Amino acid sequence: MRTMKTLLEAHPFFAGLDDEAIQLVVGCATNVHFDPDQYLFRVGDPADRFYVVRHGRVALELHLPGSGQQVVDTVEEDQVLGWSWLVPPHQWFLDARAVMPTSAISLDGVCLRGKCDEDPALGYAFMQRVAHVMYERLQSSRVRLLDLYGGGRDAAR
Amino acid sequence: MTLRGETRSSDRGVAAVAPDPMLPRPFRLQGLRRDTEDTVTLWLDPVDGEPLAFAAGQFTMLQAFGVGEVPISISGDPGAPHLLQHTIRDVGGVTATLVRAQVGDVLGVRGPYGVGWGVRDGAGGDVVVVAGGIGLAPLRPALLDLLAGADQYGRVVLVYGARSPADLLFPTELEAWADRSDLEVAVTVDSAPAGYRGRVGLVTEPLARAGLDPDRTLALVCGPEVMMRHVAEDLVRRGVPPARVRLSLERNMRCGVGLCGHCQLRELFLCVDGPVVGLDRVAPLITVREL
Repeated sequence: MRTMKTLLEAHPFFAGLDDEAIQLVVGCATNVHFDPDQYLFRVGDPADRFYVVRHGRVALELHLPGSGQQVVDTVEEDQVLGWSWLVPPHQWFLDARAVMPTSAISLDGVCLRGKCDEDPALGYAFMQRVAHVMYERLQSSRVRLLDLYGGGRDAAR
Repeated sequence: MTLRGETRSSDRGVAAVAPDPMLPRPFRLQGLRRDTEDTVTLWLDPVDGEPLAFAAGQFTMLQAFGVGEVPISISGDPGAPHLLQHTIRDVGGVTATLVRAQVGDVLGVRGPYGVGWGVRDGAGGDVVVVAGGIGLAPLRPALLDLLAGADQYGRVVLVYGARSPADLLFPTELEAWADRSDLEVAVTVDSAPAGYRGRVGLVTEPLARAGLDPDRTLALVCGPEVMMRHVAEDLVRRGVPPARVRLSLERNMRCGVGLCGHCQLRELFLCVDGPVVGLDRVAPLITVREL
């Protein structure tokens, strides 16, 4: 049976973290499972969790008045979900809903923030990784703002 | 390197251009299908009965008589050239007339023109096909070519991005392709209504997760130019040699035979040097705003 430590070590987000750092993170981690259409969190809820997705897919949804809910991103295997636990006011900005059976490791945000405060090396390593995820999401959002495929500027082919 | 007007040796079934390249051949519309809100697929039968052999990635100049003509890539199967297939997005002008054509109408066809994908250059290695929006149409012949000779290739991966689920081209075929063991399919859209179970995000994201071996990968990329630039940069960053990244570029093609210069991209005449061009040749050009 795989331990929490081996599960975390196998996830790309934690690649390069030393044994001691992983061990600190293990203390904040629990295994969770979500059925399709089950919410991981809702907009405005306290952002007290950080999810390391192992299997499945989670849709990030925003409500558009007049248009209903829109999926603006999905997170799946080998990705991580949530940075609101790290940034005040620690509230979720989006709804997160499993769209298929999803297994994840849930990390307690308060516990993790405490460990990062106590151990600046761990905090820096975590910030580097979260910043990389934020960078990729920001780039993705910016490029999609260009409406690549629409708007009539596209070729007729 | 391919010289001007020379077709890649690996393109299959290339026809000689008609003696007078400016003279259209009449084709009768045999069938049509509305693919999305603004896109239709037309099946055209040569009135003279002579099949239009073509290489995957080539285009024709398609003419609505009395209205005008536009360059449209062929979206049919190179192995079945008896029926010419075009998938056309209505972007106004001539295309607005073409997408409203009725079965039995006669359209003019010149070509096929240009340099194709050179699919067989990927034999012995992996091929990744990256399509954005209507860009799946010019890549469909390449995919059919790859699947027809699947035993010659390692992994064949299709990454397809579109604006929304409603804008996905060939959804039935996409499902059938996803069920095949010799083709890996990853579809992503920019956004979707709640309840959508598929992937939402930028087209480069599934590409990053494809686990490509850059040293043995041939990449075929077609879509809006901004998207192609992002995908090409991503592929090169992952180690795919620029000469193994091929883009289908579209400019204002008019004559189709390298005479008029409307489609010129500095030293390239894309109607004969392209539309498919290696990134090694075109990388310095596609970021120059004035071009």
